[in-house]
Amino acid sequence: MESLYLLIPLSVLIAGIIGVLFWWAGRDGQFDDLEGPGHRILHDDDTPPQDPS
Amino acid sequence: MRAMSAQSCFHCGEKVAPADLDPPRYPVSYRQQVQATCCAGCQAVAQTILAAGLDSYYTQRDKPAERAAPLPDELLQQMQLYDAPELQASFVKAEPGEVREAALILEGISCAACIWLNERQIGRLPGVLAVSINYTSHRARVRWDNRRVQLSQILAAVAAIGYRAHPYDAERQDALHQQERRRALTRLWVAGLSMMQVMMLAYPVYVAEPGEISATWLGLLNWGSLLLTLPVVLYACQTFHQGFWRDLRRRRVGMDAPVVIGVWAAFLASCLATMTGRGEVYFDSVSMFVFLLLGGRYLEGMARRKAGAAAESLVKLIPAFAHRLDNYPASRQSQETPVASLKLADILLVKPGEPYPADAEVLEGQGSADEALLTGEARPVVKTVGDAVIGGAINLDAPLIVRVSHLGQETRLAAIVRLLDQALAEKPALAQLADRIAGWFVLALLLVAAAAYLFWHWHDPAHALPITVAVLVISCPCALSLATPAALTAATGRLARAGLLVTRGHALETLAKVSDVVFDKTGTLTFGQPRLLATLAFDTQRETELQALAALLEAASEHPIALALRTASAPAELAVSDYRNYPGGGVEAAVGGQCLRLGRPDFVAEFCAAPQPAALADWQAEHTVVCLASEQAWLGAFALGDQIKPDAQALLAALPGLRTHVLSGDALGPVQAVAQQLGIAELRAAALPADKLAYVQALQAEGRRVLMVGDGINDAPVLAAADVSVAVGGGAEAAQAAGDLVLVGNLAVLAEGWRVAAQTQRIIRQNLLWALGYNLVALPLALVGWVTPWLASLGMAGSSLLVVLNAIRLAGPSRQVQKQRE
Repeated sequence: MESLYLLIPLSVLIAGIIGVLFWWAGRDGQFDDLEGPGHRILHDDDTPPQDPS
Repeated sequence: MRAMSAQSCFHCGEKVAPADLDPPRYPVSYRQQVQATCCAGCQAVAQTILAAGLDSYYTQRDKPAERAAPLPDELLQQMQLYDAPELQASFVKAEPGEVREAALILEGISCAACIWLNERQIGRLPGVLAVSINYTSHRARVRWDNRRVQLSQILAAVAAIGYRAHPYDAERQDALHQQERRRALTRLWVAGLSMMQVMMLAYPVYVAEPGEISATWLGLLNWGSLLLTLPVVLYACQTFHQGFWRDLRRRRVGMDAPVVIGVWAAFLASCLATMTGRGEVYFDSVSMFVFLLLGGRYLEGMARRKAGAAAESLVKLIPAFAHRLDNYPASRQSQETPVASLKLADILLVKPGEPYPADAEVLEGQGSADEALLTGEARPVVKTVGDAVIGGAINLDAPLIVRVSHLGQETRLAAIVRLLDQALAEKPALAQLADRIAGWFVLALLLVAAAAYLFWHWHDPAHALPITVAVLVISCPCALSLATPAALTAATGRLARAGLLVTRGHALETLAKVSDVVFDKTGTLTFGQPRLLATLAFDTQRETELQALAALLEAASEHPIALALRTASAPAELAVSDYRNYPGGGVEAAVGGQCLRLGRPDFVAEFCAAPQPAALADWQAEHTVVCLASEQAWLGAFALGDQIKPDAQALLAALPGLRTHVLSGDALGPVQAVAQQLGIAELRAAALPADKLAYVQALQAEGRRVLMVGDGINDAPVLAAADVSVAVGGGAEAAQAAGDLVLVGNLAVLAEGWRVAAQTQRIIRQNLLWALGYNLVALPLALVGWVTPWLASLGMAGSSLLVVLNAIRLAGPSRQVQKQRE
């Protein structure tokens, strides 16, 4: 049972870290376009890139 | 080689004129086959795309592209202007080492393949460092090296594949919206995460027998819950705090009051219990409560923002550049100037067909303006020296020299946009009623809670706080306030997926009560793209000559009939002058020194001295007939036919019990033919925009509720006047702005919209009844102390959840509908 002394604060800490991660992801614009990436992956480009220069 | 699979344009899918087909006049070579395109613009675009090795665009797209107009030189000249550093200052971010970054808004995007195509095309340019396009907002972020590539080259590259890119000022409202959305999402997430974690810590207390968990562990669990709930109360609840404070200052009690009081009372009571080690904790109730409320608000906000797109299209009416006359009247040399840097009293030249860049006064010239969108007046308004013109209205027939009188936020257009924003923010009547009831309810609730506290404080002080908190939590009217928005959000989302966008709050409510449906014919029930069916020559001229003349006269018009005549034949190579457009009638111009009129027979008869030929009387009565005449003689007539959309039949079959009408500016014959084929009883032909308006208003005077379905600019006033209106997408932007709903899918979706609207009303009523009933039953139970706070929060959350689940039934069968459409 004593392990709870460690586990409960740990769970609170992890929740806090997840919260900060999410806040950072949101601020970074990760959730601005929720549709595009799903489509973009289907338009995979098979042709090798042409070097234009 | 006969490789053409159909007679539609390889690029844009529009019909290719038969004359341009065999052999193709504008051929492109795609995978070793010759394909026909409809015009030089589409040909150039398709060739550019194929030459760049981006041919998989044509296999991956699911909608044809927009018809590509060849780029006028002026536009290229305007693009060059964007390279000037002083102009770039407003929208380009300069980084060290000549690296620049800008936001562009793309026009013409219709599917995911378009996004792919544009990203490739921009990315191919040497010197472009990064490009990404947002699928939902059609905005592109581009980073480039200014030493190797110029912004104008990037814009030109986009134009070369048939799209338009405009630099876009990120300082505008969108940035604000985006920040708001991000913040709302973060709040929701914080509440959700905390809810899950607190529930984990609260679970042991729920399942254990009283006294089974020792005080040490209980304290640890409670302290953990307290820490996890702290960000919910301090951060996630900010919106409620702000609302509560706003209401307080206006001396009102709103929906936020019981939320704030309940959250703080429960939170403080729990903190007290945690610190003293006595009493119940309600941290789980607090975080769950806040999460559910925030979730509802977030969804509601998303739906409202989608609707806001219509208002944005109005802002785009103002062009980016104006022709400024710096040395007027000494010189007529015009200077391309960005509208943003115009000043009051600047002198501008406005060419025919261009929108006025700002509110202004006419100094020179005489012409007419199309102000349908801004004033509701559908017919052109004559403008002479001294008259005021409205920014955003379109200068129709003659170049005008004007002096700027109002700019930016001072203009009429800006005022209209503000009005539209207001209309969008307005709540449906039912939601208003719920809010009003909830306001009183909240006040009564606070009084009852206070009375309960006092009563129990006298009789049983130990139970006073838990009972008061239970009363506050259990009877919080959040189910009541969620009832309407949840149902509307679910219905709006489902219809949006099916292709019907709801842009006004009241639209679904009114749609359910409609008794009459009025359709515009052209472009709504029919494809709106008539084809030339037959030509009748009165004179000695050959039919092809007549067609060439007609194509020449219609060369500048965007009317569907003009397009049909244009695609039927190459225009005659004669000089045209004194061109005049009579909306609702036809066009007039001097061709090779002879004044000609082309248009409706009665319009031409007004002008031609000769009597109407007898051959015209019964000729092609079921089709639209357009005549060509000079002042002395009738030259010929053209019959133009339009096809009924196949989904129109399905729609009318699915609208039982509603009276249907059809209105059209066309002659009786074609309107009757369409009405008969579709089984529409009431019809009105040869109706001018004002007649349509009168017709709808007459119906309304009889006490009928009218749904108007239309697509043209001339329909905009009628759409605005009807009880509820549907603008058929792809139509004029003005009509879209005036419609309460915008239809982007096929017509049959409208029938589903009608069914969903009725279902939504039913569900809203069920929700309101449930929420009220629940509160009436639960309140007495809490008052007598039979309900502990955790049970209360369970009841509250359960009640809200039930309301939301009931609403979600509306969103249910959307997947099936989508599959059917595919």
